[in-house]
Amino acid sequence: MGEEWVNNDKTISPSERVRMARNPQRPNILDYVNNIFTDSFELKGDRLSKEDESIFCALAFFKNIPVTVIGHRKGRNLEENLKCNFGMPGPEGYRKALRVMKQAEKFNRPIITFVDTPGAYPGIEAEANGQSFAIAENIKEMSSLKVPVITFVTGEGNSGGALAIAVSDKVFMLENAIYSILSPEGFAAILWKDVSRSAEAADVMKLTSFDLYKFGLIDGIIKEPEGGATFNSVSVYGNISTKIEESLNELQKLKPARLVENRYKKYRKIGDFKGE
Amino acid sequence: MKNLFEIRREKLSNLRIIRKKRAAAEIESDFFKCPSCGEEVSKKVLLENQLVCKCGYHNKISALYRLSLTIDKGTFKELNAVLPFKNPIEFEGYQEKVEAQKEKTGLDEALITGIGDIDGQKVCICIMDSRFMMASMGIAVGEKITRAIEYAQAKKLPLIIFSASGGARMQEGIFSLMQMAKTSAAISRFSESGGLFISVLTHPTTGGVSASFASLGDIMIAEPGALIGFAGTRVIEKTIGQKLPEGFQSSEFLEEHGFVDNIVDRREMKKTLSLLLRLHQR
Repeated sequence: MGEEWVNNDKTISPSERVRMARNPQRPNILDYVNNIFTDSFELKGDRLSKEDESIFCALAFFKNIPVTVIGHRKGRNLEENLKCNFGMPGPEGYRKALRVMKQAEKFNRPIITFVDTPGAYPGIEAEANGQSFAIAENIKEMSSLKVPVITFVTGEGNSGGALAIAVSDKVFMLENAIYSILSPEGFAAILWKDVSRSAEAADVMKLTSFDLYKFGLIDGIIKEPEGGATFNSVSVYGNISTKIEESLNELQKLKPARLVENRYKKYRKIGDFKGE
Repeated sequence: MKNLFEIRREKLSNLRIIRKKRAAAEIESDFFKCPSCGEEVSKKVLLENQLVCKCGYHNKISALYRLSLTIDKGTFKELNAVLPFKNPIEFEGYQEKVEAQKEKTGLDEALITGIGDIDGQKVCICIMDSRFMMASMGIAVGEKITRAIEYAQAKKLPLIIFSASGGARMQEGIFSLMQMAKTSAAISRFSESGGLFISVLTHPTTGGVSASFASLGDIMIAEPGALIGFAGTRVIEKTIGQKLPEGFQSSEFLEEHGFVDNIVDRREMKKTLSLLLRLHQR
Protein backbone atom coordinates (compact mmCIF):
# COMPACT_ATOMS: atom_id res chain seq x y z
CA MET A 1 0.00 0.00 0.00
CA GLY A 2 1.39 3.39 -0.98
CA GLU A 3 2.00 5.70 1.96
CA GLU A 4 0.90 8.57 -0.21
CA TRP A 5 -2.62 7.26 -0.55
CA VAL A 6 -2.87 6.61 3.17
CA ASN A 7 -1.73 10.08 4.17
CA ASN A 8 -3.63 12.03 1.57
CA ASP A 9 -7.12 10.95 2.27
CA LYS A 10 -8.97 13.78 3.96
CA THR A 11 -11.80 14.00 1.47
CA ILE A 12 -14.39 12.09 3.47
CA SER A 13 -15.28 13.14 7.02
CA PRO A 14 -15.26 10.53 9.80
CA SER A 15 -19.01 10.87 10.35
CA GLU A 16 -19.55 10.27 6.63
CA ARG A 17 -17.47 7.11 6.93
CA VAL A 18 -19.62 5.99 9.86
CA ARG A 19 -22.63 6.30 7.56
CA MET A 20 -20.84 4.36 4.81
CA ALA A 21 -19.72 1.67 7.25
CA ARG A 22 -23.38 1.08 8.13
CA ASN A 23 -24.72 1.05 4.58
CA PRO A 24 -26.95 -2.06 4.30
CA GLN A 25 -25.74 -2.48 0.72
CA ARG A 26 -22.22 -3.22 1.96
CA PRO A 27 -21.07 -6.81 1.65
CA ASN A 28 -22.09 -8.90 4.67
CA ILE A 29 -20.50 -12.07 5.98
CA LEU A 30 -22.39 -14.29 3.55
CA ASP A 31 -21.14 -12.21 0.61
CA TYR A 32 -17.57 -12.57 1.82
CA VAL A 33 -17.94 -16.31 2.32
CA ASN A 34 -19.49 -16.81 -1.10
CA ASN A 35 -17.06 -14.58 -3.00
CA ILE A 36 -13.74 -15.32 -1.31
CA PHE A 37 -14.05 -18.95 -0.21
CA THR A 38 -15.38 -22.13 -1.79
CA ASP A 39 -17.28 -25.21 -0.57
CA SER A 40 -18.40 -23.74 2.74
CA PHE A 41 -20.10 -25.73 5.47
CA GLU A 42 -21.86 -23.78 8.22
CA LEU A 43 -21.16 -24.59 11.87
CA LYS A 44 -24.04 -23.75 14.20
CA GLY A 45 -24.62 -23.70 17.92
CA ASP A 46 -22.60 -23.16 21.08
CA ARG A 47 -23.22 -26.75 22.35
CA LEU A 48 -24.54 -25.24 25.59
CA SER A 49 -27.93 -23.73 24.94
CA LYS A 50 -28.52 -21.93 21.69
CA GLU A 51 -27.81 -21.04 18.08
CA ASP A 52 -27.09 -17.31 17.86
CA GLU A 53 -27.43 -16.20 14.25
CA SER A 54 -25.70 -12.88 14.84
CA ILE A 55 -22.40 -14.71 14.47
CA PHE A 56 -21.82 -16.87 11.42
CA CYS A 57 -19.26 -19.67 11.49
CA ALA A 58 -18.22 -22.00 8.71
CA LEU A 59 -15.59 -24.29 7.33
CA ALA A 60 -14.48 -23.49 3.81
CA PHE A 61 -11.60 -23.65 1.38
CA PHE A 62 -9.43 -20.65 0.68
CA LYS A 63 -7.56 -21.57 -2.51
CA ASN A 64 -7.49 -25.25 -1.49
CA ILE A 65 -6.53 -24.51 2.13
CA PRO A 66 -9.20 -25.53 4.67
CA VAL A 67 -9.96 -22.58 6.95
CA THR A 68 -12.45 -21.59 9.64
CA VAL A 69 -14.44 -18.44 8.88
CA ILE A 70 -16.19 -16.44 11.60
CA GLY A 71 -18.05 -13.18 11.25
CA HIS A 72 -20.77 -10.99 12.66
CA ARG A 73 -23.90 -11.32 10.56
CA LYS A 74 -25.95 -8.31 9.55
CA GLY A 75 -29.00 -8.55 7.34
CA ARG A 76 -29.80 -6.54 4.27
CA ASN A 77 -33.43 -5.92 5.28
CA LEU A 78 -35.55 -5.85 8.43
CA GLU A 79 -36.62 -9.47 8.17
CA GLU A 80 -33.02 -10.67 7.94
CA ASN A 81 -31.93 -8.30 10.67
CA LEU A 82 -34.57 -9.52 13.09
CA LYS A 83 -33.18 -13.04 12.64
CA CYS A 84 -29.58 -12.06 13.24
CA ASN A 85 -30.35 -9.33 15.81
CA PHE A 86 -28.75 -6.60 13.66
CA GLY A 87 -25.37 -8.20 14.17
CA MET A 88 -25.38 -7.85 17.95
CA PRO A 89 -24.37 -11.17 19.50
CA GLY A 90 -25.28 -12.51 22.88
CA PRO A 91 -22.91 -14.68 24.91
CA GLU A 92 -24.12 -17.73 22.97
CA GLY A 93 -22.73 -16.24 19.76
CA TYR A 94 -19.35 -15.62 21.32
CA ARG A 95 -19.29 -19.11 22.81
CA LYS A 96 -20.07 -20.58 19.40
CA ALA A 97 -17.20 -18.57 17.94
CA LEU A 98 -14.86 -19.81 20.66
CA ARG A 99 -15.99 -23.38 20.11
CA VAL A 100 -15.15 -23.27 16.43
CA MET A 101 -11.85 -21.47 17.09
CA LYS A 102 -10.78 -24.25 19.44
CA GLN A 103 -11.87 -26.73 16.78
CA ALA A 104 -9.77 -24.89 14.21
CA GLU A 105 -6.81 -25.13 16.56
CA LYS A 106 -7.32 -28.86 16.94
CA PHE A 107 -7.31 -29.40 13.17
CA ASN A 108 -4.58 -26.84 12.57
CA ARG A 109 -6.78 -24.64 10.38
CA PRO A 110 -6.15 -20.90 10.02
CA ILE A 111 -8.99 -18.69 11.24
CA ILE A 112 -10.32 -15.75 9.23
CA THR A 113 -12.73 -13.39 11.01
CA PHE A 114 -14.92 -10.59 9.67
CA VAL A 115 -15.96 -7.86 12.10
CA ASP A 116 -19.15 -5.88 11.56
CA THR A 117 -21.16 -5.17 14.69
CA PRO A 118 -22.83 -2.24 16.43
CA GLY A 119 -21.61 -3.98 19.60
CA ALA A 120 -22.49 -6.92 21.83
CA TYR A 121 -26.22 -7.02 22.55
CA PRO A 122 -27.27 -5.02 25.61
CA GLY A 123 -30.23 -7.08 26.82
CA ILE A 124 -31.60 -8.86 29.87
CA GLU A 125 -30.90 -12.38 28.66
CA ALA A 126 -27.44 -11.48 27.42
CA GLU A 127 -26.52 -10.18 30.88
CA ALA A 128 -28.12 -13.13 32.66
CA ASN A 129 -26.19 -15.55 30.47
CA GLY A 130 -22.83 -13.89 31.08
CA GLN A 131 -22.10 -11.44 28.25
CA SER A 132 -19.01 -10.10 30.04
CA PHE A 133 -17.73 -13.56 30.83
CA ALA A 134 -18.16 -14.79 27.26
CA ILE A 135 -16.35 -11.80 25.77
CA ALA A 136 -13.53 -11.97 28.33
CA GLU A 137 -13.08 -15.68 27.70
CA ASN A 138 -12.86 -15.20 23.94
CA ILE A 139 -10.31 -12.42 24.22
CA LYS A 140 -8.19 -14.48 26.59
CA GLU A 141 -8.38 -17.67 24.55
CA MET A 142 -7.71 -15.95 21.22
CA SER A 143 -4.50 -14.51 22.62
CA SER A 144 -3.02 -18.00 22.82
CA LEU A 145 -4.50 -19.82 19.80
CA LYS A 146 -1.80 -21.87 18.08
CA VAL A 147 -3.08 -21.23 14.54
CA PRO A 148 -2.92 -18.06 12.41
CA VAL A 149 -5.80 -15.64 12.97
CA ILE A 150 -6.52 -12.93 10.41
CA THR A 151 -9.21 -10.30 10.91
CA PHE A 152 -10.97 -7.91 8.54
CA VAL A 153 -12.98 -5.09 10.05
CA THR A 154 -15.46 -4.69 7.22
CA GLY A 155 -18.11 -2.33 8.62
CA GLU A 156 -18.59 -1.28 12.22
CA GLY A 157 -16.13 -2.54 14.80
CA ASN A 158 -17.59 -1.38 18.06
CA SER A 159 -16.51 -2.27 21.59
CA GLY A 160 -15.72 -5.58 23.21
CA GLY A 161 -18.37 -7.05 20.95
CA ALA A 162 -15.97 -6.58 18.04
CA LEU A 163 -12.75 -7.44 19.90
CA ALA A 164 -14.20 -10.77 21.04
CA ILE A 165 -13.49 -12.17 17.55
CA ALA A 166 -10.57 -9.90 16.69
CA VAL A 167 -7.51 -10.70 18.82
CA SER A 168 -5.47 -11.62 15.79
CA ASP A 169 -2.06 -11.88 14.16
CA LYS A 170 -3.08 -9.55 11.35
CA VAL A 171 -5.88 -7.01 11.35
CA PHE A 172 -7.00 -5.18 8.22
CA MET A 173 -9.73 -2.62 7.80
CA LEU A 174 -11.79 -1.78 4.79
CA GLU A 175 -11.19 1.82 3.79
CA ASN A 176 -14.58 3.02 5.05
CA ALA A 177 -14.85 0.74 8.04
CA ILE A 178 -14.69 2.11 11.58
CA TYR A 179 -13.17 0.56 14.71
CA SER A 180 -13.40 2.00 18.19
CA ILE A 181 -14.33 1.64 21.82
CA LEU A 182 -18.03 2.01 21.02
CA SER A 183 -20.45 3.65 18.61
CA PRO A 184 -20.24 7.43 18.22
CA GLU A 185 -23.79 7.60 19.61
CA GLY A 186 -22.75 5.69 22.74
CA PHE A 187 -19.62 7.79 23.06
CA ALA A 188 -21.62 11.04 22.89
CA ALA A 189 -24.17 9.69 25.35
CA ILE A 190 -21.55 8.69 27.91
CA LEU A 191 -19.21 11.63 27.61
CA TRP A 192 -21.57 14.47 26.83
CA LYS A 193 -24.96 12.97 27.85
CA ASP A 194 -26.18 13.95 24.39
CA VAL A 195 -26.71 11.35 21.65
CA SER A 196 -27.39 14.03 19.06
CA ARG A 197 -23.69 14.97 19.11
CA SER A 198 -22.68 11.67 17.46
CA ALA A 199 -21.22 13.32 14.35
CA GLU A 200 -18.99 15.45 16.55
CA ALA A 201 -18.03 12.31 18.47
CA ALA A 202 -17.06 10.55 15.25
CA ASP A 203 -14.78 13.46 14.42
CA VAL A 204 -12.79 13.23 17.67
CA MET A 205 -12.81 9.47 18.28
CA LYS A 206 -10.12 8.66 15.67
CA LEU A 207 -12.04 5.67 14.43
CA THR A 208 -11.29 5.53 10.70
CA SER A 209 -9.04 3.01 8.99
CA PHE A 210 -6.58 5.83 8.30
CA ASP A 211 -6.42 6.76 12.00
CA LEU A 212 -5.83 3.19 13.08
CA TYR A 213 -3.19 2.64 10.43
CA LYS A 214 -1.31 5.73 11.58
CA PHE A 215 -1.50 4.50 15.18
CA GLY A 216 0.08 1.24 14.02
CA LEU A 217 -2.91 -0.70 15.34
CA ILE A 218 -3.81 -2.34 12.02
CA ASP A 219 -1.70 -3.96 9.33
CA GLY A 220 -3.30 -2.44 6.26
CA ILE A 221 -6.26 -0.81 4.58
CA ILE A 222 -8.39 -2.51 1.93
CA LYS A 223 -9.21 -0.05 -0.81
CA GLU A 224 -12.86 0.41 -1.67
CA PRO A 225 -14.37 1.69 -4.91
CA GLU A 226 -15.48 5.31 -5.00
CA GLY A 227 -18.67 5.82 -3.01
CA GLY A 228 -17.89 2.81 -0.83
CA ALA A 229 -18.08 -0.96 -1.13
CA THR A 230 -21.33 -2.70 -2.00
CA PHE A 231 -21.98 -6.40 -2.41
CA ASN A 232 -21.30 -5.92 -6.14
CA SER A 233 -17.76 -4.65 -5.53
CA VAL A 234 -15.72 -7.47 -6.98
CA SER A 235 -12.47 -5.57 -6.42
CA VAL A 236 -12.99 -5.59 -2.65
CA TYR A 237 -13.23 -9.38 -2.58
CA GLY A 238 -10.07 -9.54 -4.68
CA ASN A 239 -8.20 -7.15 -2.37
CA ILE A 240 -9.21 -9.15 0.71
CA SER A 241 -8.21 -12.38 -1.00
CA THR A 242 -4.76 -10.98 -1.71
CA LYS A 243 -4.30 -9.97 1.94
CA ILE A 244 -5.39 -13.41 3.16
CA GLU A 245 -2.94 -15.08 0.80
CA GLU A 246 -0.04 -12.82 1.74
CA SER A 247 -0.76 -13.16 5.45
CA LEU A 248 -1.09 -16.93 5.34
CA ASN A 249 2.17 -17.22 3.44
CA GLU A 250 3.88 -15.25 6.17
CA LEU A 251 2.13 -16.71 9.23
CA GLN A 252 2.15 -20.37 8.20
CA LYS A 253 5.95 -20.32 8.14
CA LEU A 254 6.02 -19.61 11.87
CA LYS A 255 6.12 -22.30 14.53
CA PRO A 256 3.03 -22.18 16.81
CA ALA A 257 5.07 -20.99 19.80
CA ARG A 258 6.51 -18.11 17.77
CA LEU A 259 3.09 -17.22 16.40
CA VAL A 260 1.62 -17.00 19.92
CA GLU A 261 4.63 -15.08 21.21
CA ASN A 262 4.39 -12.53 18.39
CA ARG A 263 0.67 -12.07 18.99
CA TYR A 264 1.25 -11.54 22.71
CA LYS A 265 3.93 -8.96 22.06
CA LYS A 266 1.76 -7.15 19.55
CA TYR A 267 -0.98 -6.48 22.11
CA ARG A 268 1.44 -6.14 25.02
CA LYS A 269 3.09 -3.12 23.45
CA ILE A 270 -0.11 -1.09 22.95
CA GLY A 271 0.32 1.68 25.51
CA ASP A 272 3.27 0.03 27.24
CA PHE A 273 5.10 3.10 28.67
CA LYS A 274 8.35 1.41 27.70
CA GLY A 275 11.22 2.55 29.91
CA GLU A 276 8.89 4.61 32.04
CA MET B 1 18.07 -2.38 38.68
CA LYS B 2 16.12 0.57 39.96
CA ASN B 3 17.32 3.99 39.08
CA LEU B 4 17.29 6.91 41.50
CA PHE B 5 14.38 8.50 39.76
CA GLU B 6 12.25 5.43 40.30
CA ILE B 7 13.18 5.23 43.96
CA ARG B 8 12.25 8.85 44.43
CA ARG B 9 8.93 8.30 42.72
CA GLU B 10 8.13 5.34 44.96
CA LYS B 11 9.03 7.30 48.09
CA LEU B 12 6.82 10.14 47.00
CA SER B 13 3.95 7.85 46.39
CA ASN B 14 4.37 6.10 49.75
CA LEU B 15 4.28 9.49 51.42
CA ARG B 16 1.05 10.19 49.68
CA ILE B 17 -0.40 6.94 50.98
CA ILE B 18 0.57 7.73 54.56
CA ARG B 19 -0.92 11.17 54.24
CA LYS B 20 -4.19 9.84 52.91
CA LYS B 21 -4.39 7.15 55.58
CA ARG B 22 -3.87 9.63 58.34
CA ALA B 23 -6.71 11.68 57.00
CA ALA B 24 -8.98 8.60 56.97
CA ALA B 25 -11.47 10.82 55.28
CA GLU B 26 -13.81 8.10 54.13
CA ILE B 27 -16.70 9.97 55.65
CA GLU B 28 -16.55 13.63 56.38
CA SER B 29 -19.25 14.34 58.96
CA ASP B 30 -19.68 12.70 62.37
CA PHE B 31 -23.01 11.24 61.35
CA PHE B 32 -23.80 9.53 58.12
CA LYS B 33 -27.13 8.73 56.51
CA CYS B 34 -27.23 5.34 54.78
CA PRO B 35 -28.26 5.74 51.14
CA SER B 36 -30.01 2.37 51.32
CA CYS B 37 -31.99 2.20 54.59
CA GLY B 38 -31.90 5.90 55.39
CA GLU B 39 -30.84 5.37 58.98
CA GLU B 40 -28.25 7.66 60.58
CA VAL B 41 -25.11 6.00 61.84
CA SER B 42 -22.20 7.54 63.72
CA LYS B 43 -18.87 7.74 61.97
CA LYS B 44 -17.31 5.64 64.71
CA VAL B 45 -19.73 2.74 64.24
CA LEU B 46 -19.45 2.92 60.49
CA LEU B 47 -15.65 2.80 60.59
CA GLU B 48 -15.78 -0.12 62.99
CA ASN B 49 -17.83 -1.88 60.36
CA GLN B 50 -15.60 -0.99 57.44
CA LEU B 51 -18.27 1.32 56.07
CA VAL B 52 -20.88 -1.42 55.95
CA CYS B 53 -24.25 -0.26 57.30
CA LYS B 54 -26.34 -2.27 59.78
CA CYS B 55 -28.68 -3.02 56.89
CA GLY B 56 -25.79 -4.65 55.02
CA TYR B 57 -25.30 -1.84 52.52
CA HIS B 58 -21.68 -1.64 51.43
CA ASN B 59 -20.65 1.99 50.97
CA LYS B 60 -18.04 2.70 48.33
CA ILE B 61 -14.53 2.93 49.75
CA SER B 62 -11.26 4.28 48.41
CA ALA B 63 -8.45 2.04 47.21
CA LEU B 64 -6.22 3.18 50.08
CA TYR B 65 -8.79 2.38 52.71
CA ARG B 66 -9.37 -1.04 51.15
CA LEU B 67 -5.63 -1.58 51.09
CA SER B 68 -5.48 -0.90 54.84
CA LEU B 69 -8.33 -3.38 55.41
CA THR B 70 -6.70 -6.11 53.32
CA ILE B 71 -2.93 -5.96 53.64
CA ASP B 72 -0.99 -6.51 56.88
CA LYS B 73 0.24 -3.28 58.39
CA GLY B 74 3.66 -2.15 57.18
CA THR B 75 4.03 -4.82 54.49
CA PHE B 76 2.78 -2.98 51.41
CA LYS B 77 5.17 -1.90 48.71
CA GLU B 78 3.73 -0.04 45.78
CA LEU B 79 4.81 -0.99 42.25
CA ASN B 80 4.76 1.31 39.24
CA ALA B 81 3.31 4.09 41.35
CA VAL B 82 3.55 6.74 38.69
CA LEU B 83 3.28 6.44 34.93
CA PRO B 84 3.61 9.61 32.86
CA PHE B 85 0.45 11.07 31.39
CA LYS B 86 -0.29 10.19 27.78
CA ASN B 87 -3.10 11.31 25.52
CA PRO B 88 -3.10 8.63 22.80
CA ILE B 89 -5.86 10.03 20.59
CA GLU B 90 -5.07 13.65 21.50
CA PHE B 91 -8.46 14.14 23.05
CA GLU B 92 -9.10 17.77 23.88
CA GLY B 93 -9.28 18.61 27.57
CA TYR B 94 -8.24 15.12 28.66
CA GLN B 95 -5.02 16.13 30.40
CA GLU B 96 -6.79 18.84 32.41
CA LYS B 97 -9.44 16.34 33.41
CA VAL B 98 -6.83 13.85 34.64
CA GLU B 99 -4.94 16.57 36.53
CA ALA B 100 -8.13 17.59 38.30
CA GLN B 101 -8.82 13.96 39.27
CA LYS B 102 -5.30 13.59 40.65
CA GLU B 103 -5.82 16.67 42.75
CA LYS B 104 -9.20 15.49 43.99
CA THR B 105 -8.26 11.91 44.88
CA GLY B 106 -4.55 12.12 45.74
CA LEU B 107 -4.07 9.19 43.37
CA ASP B 108 -2.01 9.13 40.20
CA GLU B 109 -4.42 6.89 38.35
CA ALA B 110 -7.54 4.85 38.97
CA LEU B 111 -5.78 2.06 40.82
CA ILE B 112 -2.99 1.08 43.18
CA THR B 113 -0.82 -1.94 42.47
CA GLY B 114 1.83 -3.54 44.63
CA ILE B 115 2.87 -6.39 46.86
CA GLY B 116 2.09 -7.06 50.48
CA ASP B 117 1.08 -9.72 53.00
CA ILE B 118 -2.30 -11.12 53.95
CA ASP B 119 -1.87 -12.82 57.33
CA GLY B 120 1.79 -13.24 56.46
CA GLN B 121 1.15 -14.66 53.00
CA LYS B 122 2.72 -12.62 50.25
CA VAL B 123 0.51 -11.51 47.35
CA CYS B 124 0.49 -9.20 44.38
CA ILE B 125 -2.52 -6.93 44.67
CA CYS B 126 -4.35 -4.39 42.50
CA ILE B 127 -7.11 -2.20 43.89
CA MET B 128 -9.16 0.04 41.62
CA ASP B 129 -10.60 3.30 42.90
CA SER B 130 -13.86 4.41 41.33
CA ARG B 131 -13.45 8.00 42.52
CA PHE B 132 -10.83 8.51 39.82
CA MET B 133 -12.75 8.94 36.54
CA MET B 134 -15.02 6.04 37.50
CA ALA B 135 -11.87 3.90 37.41
CA SER B 136 -12.23 3.67 33.67
CA MET B 137 -9.50 1.68 31.92
CA GLY B 138 -7.11 3.55 29.68
CA ILE B 139 -3.54 2.67 28.80
CA ALA B 140 -2.16 3.55 32.24
CA VAL B 141 -4.69 1.35 34.06
CA GLY B 142 -4.15 -1.42 31.50
CA GLU B 143 -0.39 -1.13 31.83
CA LYS B 144 -0.36 -1.17 35.64
CA ILE B 145 -2.65 -4.21 35.71
CA THR B 146 -0.53 -6.00 33.08
CA ARG B 147 2.72 -5.22 34.89
CA ALA B 148 1.22 -6.52 38.13
CA ILE B 149 0.16 -9.75 36.41
CA GLU B 150 3.63 -10.18 34.89
CA TYR B 151 5.26 -9.43 38.25
CA ALA B 152 3.06 -12.01 39.98
CA GLN B 153 4.03 -14.56 37.32
CA ALA B 154 7.76 -13.82 37.54
CA LYS B 155 7.77 -13.97 41.35
CA LYS B 156 5.27 -16.85 41.53
CA LEU B 157 2.90 -14.83 43.70
CA PRO B 158 -0.87 -15.17 43.93
CA LEU B 159 -2.70 -12.29 42.27
CA ILE B 160 -5.67 -10.49 43.79
CA ILE B 161 -7.52 -7.79 41.88
CA PHE B 162 -10.29 -5.73 43.46
CA SER B 163 -12.17 -4.40 40.44
CA ALA B 164 -14.36 -1.34 40.34
CA SER B 165 -14.84 0.39 37.04
CA GLY B 166 -17.34 2.09 34.80
CA GLY B 167 -15.59 0.41 31.86
CA ALA B 168 -13.42 1.81 29.12
CA ARG B 169 -11.82 5.24 29.27
CA MET B 170 -13.70 7.03 26.49
CA GLN B 171 -11.04 9.69 26.09
CA GLU B 172 -8.54 7.07 24.88
CA GLY B 173 -10.78 5.58 22.18
CA ILE B 174 -9.45 2.46 20.45
CA PHE B 175 -6.40 2.34 22.77
CA SER B 176 -8.75 1.79 25.66
CA LEU B 177 -10.39 -1.14 23.84
CA MET B 178 -6.99 -2.71 23.22
CA GLN B 179 -6.26 -2.78 26.96
CA MET B 180 -8.89 -5.50 27.22
CA ALA B 181 -6.73 -7.63 24.95
CA LYS B 182 -3.48 -6.69 26.68
CA THR B 183 -4.68 -7.50 30.21
CA SER B 184 -6.56 -10.67 29.20
CA ALA B 185 -3.58 -12.00 27.28
CA ALA B 186 -1.40 -11.45 30.36
CA ILE B 187 -3.95 -13.32 32.50
CA SER B 188 -3.88 -16.15 29.97
CA ARG B 189 -0.11 -16.55 30.38
CA PHE B 190 -0.28 -16.18 34.14
CA SER B 191 -2.93 -18.87 34.27
CA GLU B 192 -0.95 -21.23 32.04
CA SER B 193 2.03 -20.83 34.38
CA GLY B 194 -0.15 -22.13 37.22
CA GLY B 195 -0.71 -18.82 38.98
CA LEU B 196 -3.70 -18.23 41.25
CA PHE B 197 -5.88 -15.25 40.37
CA ILE B 198 -8.61 -14.22 42.81
CA SER B 199 -10.91 -11.65 41.24
CA VAL B 200 -13.00 -9.58 43.63
CA LEU B 201 -15.79 -7.61 41.99
CA THR B 202 -16.89 -4.50 43.86
CA HIS B 203 -19.38 -1.76 43.09
CA PRO B 204 -19.49 -1.06 40.18
CA THR B 205 -17.69 -3.39 37.75
CA THR B 206 -19.02 -2.91 34.24
CA GLY B 207 -18.10 -2.58 30.56
CA GLY B 208 -14.59 -3.23 29.33
CA VAL B 209 -13.23 -4.19 32.74
CA SER B 210 -15.99 -6.72 33.44
CA ALA B 211 -15.52 -8.04 29.88
CA SER B 212 -11.81 -8.65 30.36
CA PHE B 213 -9.49 -9.48 33.27
CA ALA B 214 -12.11 -9.00 36.02
CA SER B 215 -14.13 -11.96 34.73
CA LEU B 216 -11.15 -14.27 34.35
CA GLY B 217 -10.41 -15.20 37.98
CA ASP B 218 -9.78 -18.77 39.10
CA ILE B 219 -11.91 -17.74 42.03
CA MET B 220 -14.65 -15.16 41.53
CA ILE B 221 -15.82 -13.20 44.58
CA ALA B 222 -18.26 -10.29 44.73
CA GLU B 223 -19.10 -7.82 47.47
CA PRO B 224 -22.81 -7.79 48.37
CA GLY B 225 -25.04 -5.53 46.30
CA ALA B 226 -22.43 -4.51 43.74
CA LEU B 227 -23.53 -3.57 40.23
CA ILE B 228 -21.78 -5.97 37.85
CA GLY B 229 -22.47 -6.31 34.16
CA PHE B 230 -21.45 -5.64 30.60
CA ALA B 231 -23.90 -3.03 29.37
CA GLY B 232 -25.02 -0.02 31.38
CA THR B 233 -28.50 -0.07 32.89
CA ARG B 234 -29.67 2.93 30.86
CA VAL B 235 -28.40 1.44 27.60
CA ILE B 236 -30.30 -1.79 28.22
CA GLU B 237 -33.49 0.02 29.18
CA LYS B 238 -33.28 2.11 26.06
CA THR B 239 -32.62 -0.91 23.84
CA ILE B 240 -35.41 -3.11 25.16
CA GLY B 241 -37.81 -0.25 25.94
CA GLN B 242 -38.69 -1.35 29.46
CA LYS B 243 -37.57 -0.84 33.05
CA LEU B 244 -35.19 -3.40 34.47
CA PRO B 245 -36.24 -5.55 37.42
CA GLU B 246 -34.94 -4.73 40.91
CA GLY B 247 -31.58 -6.35 41.59
CA PHE B 248 -30.74 -6.86 37.90
CA GLN B 249 -26.94 -7.03 37.37
CA SER B 250 -26.30 -7.24 41.12
CA SER B 251 -23.80 -9.56 42.77
CA GLU B 252 -26.74 -11.68 43.88
CA PHE B 253 -28.02 -11.84 40.28
CA LEU B 254 -24.60 -13.04 39.12
CA GLU B 255 -24.41 -15.65 41.84
CA GLU B 256 -27.87 -16.90 40.93
CA HIS B 257 -26.83 -17.25 37.29
CA GLY B 258 -23.63 -19.06 38.08
CA PHE B 259 -20.97 -16.43 37.48
CA VAL B 260 -19.44 -15.93 40.92
CA ASP B 261 -18.29 -18.50 43.44
CA ASN B 262 -19.40 -16.57 46.47
CA ILE B 263 -20.59 -13.22 47.73
CA VAL B 264 -18.42 -12.14 50.63
CA ASP B 265 -19.18 -9.41 53.17
CA ARG B 266 -16.44 -6.80 53.31
CA ARG B 267 -15.85 -7.53 56.98
CA GLU B 268 -15.12 -11.18 56.11
CA MET B 269 -13.05 -10.39 53.03
CA LYS B 270 -9.54 -10.55 54.51
CA LYS B 271 -10.33 -13.77 56.35
CA THR B 272 -11.72 -15.27 53.14
CA LEU B 273 -8.74 -14.24 51.03
CA SER B 274 -6.41 -15.58 53.69
CA LEU B 275 -8.20 -18.94 53.63
CA LEU B 276 -8.10 -19.12 49.84
CA LEU B 277 -4.38 -18.39 49.88
CA ARG B 278 -3.80 -21.18 52.39
CA LEU B 279 -5.84 -23.53 50.20
CA HIS B 280 -3.52 -22.77 47.28
CA GLN B 281 -0.17 -22.90 49.00
CA ARG B 282 2.44 -24.44 46.74
